[in-house]
Amino acid sequence: MKRRRALGFVAAMALGLVSGDAAAQNKPPRRPAAAAGAGGGIAAAETAPLVYTGATIHTGTGEVITDGTVIVARGKIQQVGKGLAAPGGATVISARGLVITPGLVDALTSVGLVEVALEDATRDDQQGGSDLLRAGFRAADGYNPASTVIGVTRAEGLTSVGVVPRGGLIAGQSAWADLDGDTAAEALAAAPLALHVHLGAGDGGGHGTAILRVREAFDDARVFQKNRAGWERNQTRRFAPGRLDLEALAGALDGKVPVVFHVDRAADILSALALAREYKLRPVIAGGAEAWKVAREIAATRVPVIVFPLEQPSTFDSLGAREDNAARLFAAGVAVGISTGDTHNARKLRQVAGNAVRSGLPYDAAIAAMTRVPAEALGMGARYGTLAAGKVANLVVWSADPLEIGTRVVDVVIHGRKVSLRNRQTMLLEKYRAIAR
Amino acid sequence: MRLPRTALPALALLAGCATASPPPATSPAPSPRPILPPPPWQLRSSLAEGYEAKPPASPPVVIRGATLMLGTGKTILRGTIILEKGKIAVVAEGELPAPTGSMVIDGTGKFITPGLIDTHSHLGVYPMIDTTGTDDGNEMTEPTTPQAQTADAFWPQDPGLERAVAGGVTTIQVLPGSANLIGGRAITIKLRPASSAREMHVPGAPDGLKMACGENPKRVYGKGRKAAPMTRMGNLALQRATFLKAKKLKDQWARWNDEESHRIEADSKKRAAGEAKRDERARRDASCRASGEPDPCESWRRAWRDQPLEDGPTSQPISTPDRDPGAETLVAAMEGRVLVHVHCYRADDMMDMLALADEMGFRVRSFHHALDAYKIRDVLAARQIAVSTWADWWGFKMEAYDGIPENAALVHESGGRAVIHSDSAEGIQRLNQEAGKAMASGRKAGVTLTDEDALRWVTMNPAWALGIDHRVGSLEPGKDADVVLWSKSPFSVYALAEKVWIDGALTYDRGKPHWSDFEIGQDLLPSPAPATGGALFDTNVKVSPLLPGVAR
Repeated sequence: MKRRRALGFVAAMALGLVSGDAAAQNKPPRRPAAAAGAGGGIAAAETAPLVYTGATIHTGTGEVITDGTVIVARGKIQQVGKGLAAPGGATVISARGLVITPGLVDALTSVGLVEVALEDATRDDQQGGSDLLRAGFRAADGYNPASTVIGVTRAEGLTSVGVVPRGGLIAGQSAWADLDGDTAAEALAAAPLALHVHLGAGDGGGHGTAILRVREAFDDARVFQKNRAGWERNQTRRFAPGRLDLEALAGALDGKVPVVFHVDRAADILSALALAREYKLRPVIAGGAEAWKVAREIAATRVPVIVFPLEQPSTFDSLGAREDNAARLFAAGVAVGISTGDTHNARKLRQVAGNAVRSGLPYDAAIAAMTRVPAEALGMGARYGTLAAGKVANLVVWSADPLEIGTRVVDVVIHGRKVSLRNRQTMLLEKYRAIAR
Repeated sequence: MRLPRTALPALALLAGCATASPPPATSPAPSPRPILPPPPWQLRSSLAEGYEAKPPASPPVVIRGATLMLGTGKTILRGTIILEKGKIAVVAEGELPAPTGSMVIDGTGKFITPGLIDTHSHLGVYPMIDTTGTDDGNEMTEPTTPQAQTADAFWPQDPGLERAVAGGVTTIQVLPGSANLIGGRAITIKLRPASSAREMHVPGAPDGLKMACGENPKRVYGKGRKAAPMTRMGNLALQRATFLKAKKLKDQWARWNDEESHRIEADSKKRAAGEAKRDERARRDASCRASGEPDPCESWRRAWRDQPLEDGPTSQPISTPDRDPGAETLVAAMEGRVLVHVHCYRADDMMDMLALADEMGFRVRSFHHALDAYKIRDVLAARQIAVSTWADWWGFKMEAYDGIPENAALVHESGGRAVIHSDSAEGIQRLNQEAGKAMASGRKAGVTLTDEDALRWVTMNPAWALGIDHRVGSLEPGKDADVVLWSKSPFSVYALAEKVWIDGALTYDRGKPHWSDFEIGQDLLPSPAPATGGALFDTNVKVSPLLPGVAR
């Protein structure tokens, strides 16, 4: 993650929460307008199949179909392939010369939790307080589906994001949000998505202290899990985490919830893998600035790594940060995901991936790193991440190579609906497109 | 080249400052008055003047076959560029012969641009390595510190510098941060290995003055310390007071100039009167000698003996006003010698700053960040104020809430001078991509833009904002040989700067080792064979498979 200075840099403050008022007042038209664009209206959009033909389709698995067809209905992908016949009553759109990918996913954002980073009242990304163990904190509880960041982000081809809590050693539990929906219940496809643990300098006393406290928390959770009844009767030793924290940690011990270790230094990455082995967790490495140094060890564990390709050697933990981190990890056989680690500029995801390709990551691996890999890493692979029959119909139609800067988003489809690409920024543009004084 | 009338005074000053001749604006008027040394702020428009290191000598460089994007508005599809003695010697279409001893490079299929220029960097003062020991960008001890200067804090071993060069950047302005209403002096440097910022200074480049509007100062002082400024009212009040105080220094110097002139004039009048009397006596004496008559000669001589001619005590020079480097910087800014760069986001903040500038008599050379510039782009264009902004940053604070990615394009469309800046150790490595994004957003909104237009956002326009467009920012004979060889169009995400020349010296060569001392011995070299088969920084990209028919 970015470490930013108080000033001097206006660094992109990564996280925060949302003042519903400001967001709601300027909320772009909801589905009726969006659906109208597709020629349907809500009911039609939700029921009439949507078919794109003639496109170059990247399925997210590495497969590329030229002159392909995607058929979407009832919110799911029905068929992907060549020469498919459109079902009756379908809205058929020619995508000849265009490119279709699965909807992009940035797994490590705080979209919906932070409206204006420096306005505390608009931030819901942290539990706050001095307790470093916040496993019970749930990003889902603060998710604001009216955040203006959502419309801005999906206009650049992101259809889902990981909504991640920050702060402390164990920051809490993230959620998976689709970038549509008028309520959190509609938008959040999974909560909890993962438990987020930070190892490294500055997150509570130094590298050793971080590992000590995290191990203590999992130890306590293990005892709690085995003797919950005893704990309820006050017949156990005192646990460092509180009740809700213990319950969240227990979910991770069961392997139900993946544990995302936010960690940069090569030595800490190995520590995270060791902790994961010790407690039989389902780990994901996030950031992993120096992961390339221990690529073979990571590959041997089959643990996925979600990297920030533009991460800089800004601290002693991230001294080894390199733009070709993703390329090196991929070459070593690691499952590589790509994230911006940003919130307001999560929309930069495809540019970030383009830079990873520039540094040697194979093209299809970069597409997968923004689609299939993050979905699979976070246990959402059965429903998200590729264009395959039965999966949630999240896809993007691009004017050309989606990684290239000049390429535009043509259509964004979320749960089978073509969504509006209007947002607070396009509305400001409309207002000021002509300047009259 | 769209050089407005308003650019001329500053350029004239640039030319003048090297010889320290007082500029016309303040030269003490009519000829009989004595010529006094100029006030200190008129001696040098950069305090680094005179410390510059000579760029290393290099053989001539000839690059043939590449697409030359000149930064003038013109592109040559297959041309030759020749660099010689640190300058651009030839830019032409077709294939030209190479001077003997040249390094000859085949640029077929590649692109050449001027070195990119960043008006807003904190490299060296907020280095890429973010440690408490190297955080030197904000002198947050009082809200106005015009006496501070980044040249004194700059760390030339910042590993961010060479990474910026690897992104095709050759010149940056190193600014103080924006905690303070008046942060201090900025220095404009070339990105080459050196032992100090002063050695890297672009000869003739005026210093910048960093100011800040809006949230940062009031947050740091008001919210953080319960001290002034607490509000935007306090921001402007303190800035106004500081400029007014600086004006006093100018008045003191004017008064000194008057008094010292009078004193010298009085002295010389006294001397002239004595001379006249001496001459008169000599004349009379001569006539006496010629006449041989005793009278009145004898009585004159007696009188002369009794009244010897003395010049009398000469007066002592009046001491000059006390030095005050901070106030001198502000006066230099008011005289246009130091260029004013203001961190400002909101449209109203910019309008209020312009009112202050009018009131105090300084001109804003560039607003920085300026996310709302699109709302007042007509005013900014009419006033010839450069708009240094990002392609798409927004939302990190209230004053950044209305940012839109079309900002730069709209400013350009209205005849303003758009600049894409970085303010970031990471962003500066991809200024070409950022300009490309801003261009793409503009085109999508229907703004007519050529690639050359967008190139100027990171070359000629920042050169103008820094007062150095006469020597960098475009590929034209006689300009500094700051040149980037790109693997493909610089607006492609896949483009890599392969080679970068600064003042004709090959300063970055992809695959060659780092120059920063900091990374020595840090175990950063990958031990297994790199995935892409190269050494550090060597990223011989094979994009596979490129999309049929859609790859650019």
